[in-house]
Amino acid sequence: MSEWILFEVFVRSKHGLNHKHVGSVHAADANMALESARDLYTRRNEGVSIWVVPSAQITATAGDEKEPFFDPSQDKVYRHASFYELPDEVGHM
Amino acid sequence: MYAQLVETGVKRVKSLEEMTPEERAFQERIDAEIKIEPKNWMPDAYRQTLIRQISQHAHSEIVGMLPEGNWVTRAPTLKRKLQLMAKIQDEAGHGMYLYSAMETLGADRDAEIDKLHSGKAKYSSIFNYPTLNWADMGAVGWLVDGAAIVNQVVLQRTSYGPYSRAMIRICKEESFHQRQGYEILLTMMRHGTQAQKDMVQDAIDRLWWPALMMFGPSDADSPNSAQSMAWKVKRMSNDDLRQRFIDQTVPQLEFLGCTAPDPDLKWNEERGHYDFGPINWQEFYDVLKGNGPCNRERVSTRRKAIEDGAWVREAAVAHAAKRQQKQNAA
Amino acid sequence: MTDNKNDLIEYLLRLGDNAMINGQRLCEWCGRAPALEEEMALMNVGLDLVGQARNWYEYAAELLADGRDADQLAFRRDERAYRNTLLVEQPNGDYAVTTAKLFLFDAWHFHTLSALSASSDERIAAIAAKGLKEVTYHLRRSGEWVERLGDGTEQSRQRMLAGIDEVWRFTFDLLSSDEIQQRLAAAGIGADATAVAAAWQATVEQVFERASLPVPQPASYFYLDGKRGLHTEHLGILLAEMQFLQRAYPDATW
Repeated sequence: MSEWILFEVFVRSKHGLNHKHVGSVHAADANMALESARDLYTRRNEGVSIWVVPSAQITATAGDEKEPFFDPSQDKVYRHASFYELPDEVGHM
Repeated sequence: MYAQLVETGVKRVKSLEEMTPEERAFQERIDAEIKIEPKNWMPDAYRQTLIRQISQHAHSEIVGMLPEGNWVTRAPTLKRKLQLMAKIQDEAGHGMYLYSAMETLGADRDAEIDKLHSGKAKYSSIFNYPTLNWADMGAVGWLVDGAAIVNQVVLQRTSYGPYSRAMIRICKEESFHQRQGYEILLTMMRHGTQAQKDMVQDAIDRLWWPALMMFGPSDADSPNSAQSMAWKVKRMSNDDLRQRFIDQTVPQLEFLGCTAPDPDLKWNEERGHYDFGPINWQEFYDVLKGNGPCNRERVSTRRKAIEDGAWVREAAVAHAAKRQQKQNAA
Repeated sequence: MTDNKNDLIEYLLRLGDNAMINGQRLCEWCGRAPALEEEMALMNVGLDLVGQARNWYEYAAELLADGRDADQLAFRRDERAYRNTLLVEQPNGDYAVTTAKLFLFDAWHFHTLSALSASSDERIAAIAAKGLKEVTYHLRRSGEWVERLGDGTEQSRQRMLAGIDEVWRFTFDLLSSDEIQQRLAAAGIGADATAVAAAWQATVEQVFERASLPVPQPASYFYLDGKRGLHTEHLGILLAEMQFLQRAYPDATW
C-alpha cells in the first residue's frame, strides 16, 4: 500500500489549450502534489497552469462501455459545420 | 535495453483459434495496432508482464542515477555540472513517468520498489558497473543512453497506451543525453591532453561489452520473446536491436579516433552490417544474478535512501492529516 | 570607483560562492533523497543555484579581468579565498538538517535578491531578478517542509528541533554585515544587510509559528566569518572533491 496518495496531473500548455492529462505523482497533500507535478512535468517550460486531482476521485468510463458511450455520436453529423451547405455567394461563415 | 529477460509466464503463444472470445478480441485489437488502454480487458499474463517490464525499466532509470551521482559532485566545469545535473534529473523524471504508467495497470509503486530492494525485481545489468573516471560520464551518455534509445524508439509503438506515451515523452527528452555524452568524449579527444585521451579509451574499453549486453541474450535463448512480440510489448528482436546499435555506433567510434575492445569487429559488405565477436553471456547472467561489481552497493544505496526517508514521508502524511482536521474543524 | 570595483568583485564572489556551495551540497543528495519526488525537487533547486553561481562568477570574472573565467573562480580557488556563508558548507545531515539549512538560507537569499533586483547596477539587478523567481519557489518549498517536519510526527518534530539547533549558530555569519556591504548598500548597488536581516527574521518567525517551532534567540558571534574566508573545516573537504579534476589535470580541456 502506498504511503502517499496518487494524484493525476493535468497541465495547460502555453498555447491556451485545455488542461491535458500528463501522468501522476505521489504526494502527502495537494500542495506537495502541485510542486512535484511542477518539477516533474514542466521541466522544459511545458506549462502555465497545473491541476492535480486525487486519482481515487476520478470516475472514468469503462473500456467495454465505449460503444454505448461514444458510438451514438458518430452519426450526429448535423453537429458539425461541414454538414451545412451554403451557396458560395454567402462567403465565409 | 532497460528491460532484460522479462518473464511472461507463458510457455507457448496461443493461436487465435485456441483463444477465448475475449482473448481473441484483445489480440485482434493489438494486431490492428489499436492501443490497449487501462480500462480495457486484458489477459492477466499481459498485465503481469507489463508490470514486470515497465517496473524494471523504471528501476533502471532510478538506479541509473547512481553511477552518475558518483561524478556529479566532481564535474570539471560549471557547464558540465549543469548538464549532468539536468540529465540525472531527467532520469529521476523518466523513472517516475514509467512508474506512473505502471500504476495504471493496478500495480503499486511502493510495492514494486520493495521488490527492487529485496532483490526480487531486476534492473538493467549495465548499472552494476562502476564509473571510474570522468570519461565514463561521456561513455555512459553515448553508449548506455544510446543503447537505451535504440530500444525505446521502437517501444514508442508498444501496444499499451500509457507505456507508449511515456516512451514518446522520454525519447523526446532523452535526445540530448546521448549528444551530451558524445560531446564530452569528443572534447577530450580533440582538445584534451594525452591523459584525457587515455581516459576516453579506458572508459570505452570497460563499457563497450556491457553496453552490448544491455539488449539481452540472443532471441534463440530468450524463451519469452515470442509472446512479448505477439503482444507487441516488444517490437524488435534483441539481436536486431543490438545490430542496429552497433551499426550506428561504430562510425561514431571511429570519428572519435578510438577503438572497441573487439578484434572481430569489422564491416561485412555482404551482410551490410558490422560483424562482432562473441559476447560473454556468463558475465551477463552473473551480473543479473547479483554478482556484478556494484550490485550490492546500488541496491543498498537505494534501500537505505527509502528506509532513512521513512520518517520524512510519515511526517508529511501526519502533517497533511492534521491540516485536514483543522480545515474540517474551521 | 576603484574601491567600489574591488568591493563589487568581493560581493559577487560571496553571492556566487553561496549558490555554488549550496548547489554542491544538493548534488550530494543524488540517489539518496527520502522520496523520488524529492529527488527531482532537490536536483531542481541545485540546478537553479549552480546556474546562478555561474552568472555571478561571469560578472566577477569580467570585472577582475585577470584572465580567470567563471570556471577558474569556481574550481581553482582555495578555501581561504572562498566567500560563502558558513551555513551552506555544513554537511547535509539528515533531512531535517538539510531542510533547516535550506530554509534559513532561502529566506536570506529571497530577501537579498529582492533587494538586489532594484540595484543601481543593471547587471546585478538583472541576475537577481532572474534568480528571484527561482528562489521564491525554493523558499515556498523549504518553508513547507519546515512545517511538515516541525508539525508532523513526534519524531520528525524532535529531528527538526535538533536540525535547527545544529545550524542556527551559523545564522550570525549569514546575517552579519561588514564595510563592503555597507559601502555597496550606501551606493545603491548592494542589499542593505540590516533590512535583509529584519525581513529574514520576520519570515523565519512566520514559518516557525505555522510549524509550532520555537524561534531561537539570535545567534551570537561565532569567531569564524565566511565572508573573510574563515570557514569551518567542512569546506576544504568539499572543495577537494568538487575541484578534483581541475586540480589534478590543470592543463586539461573539459
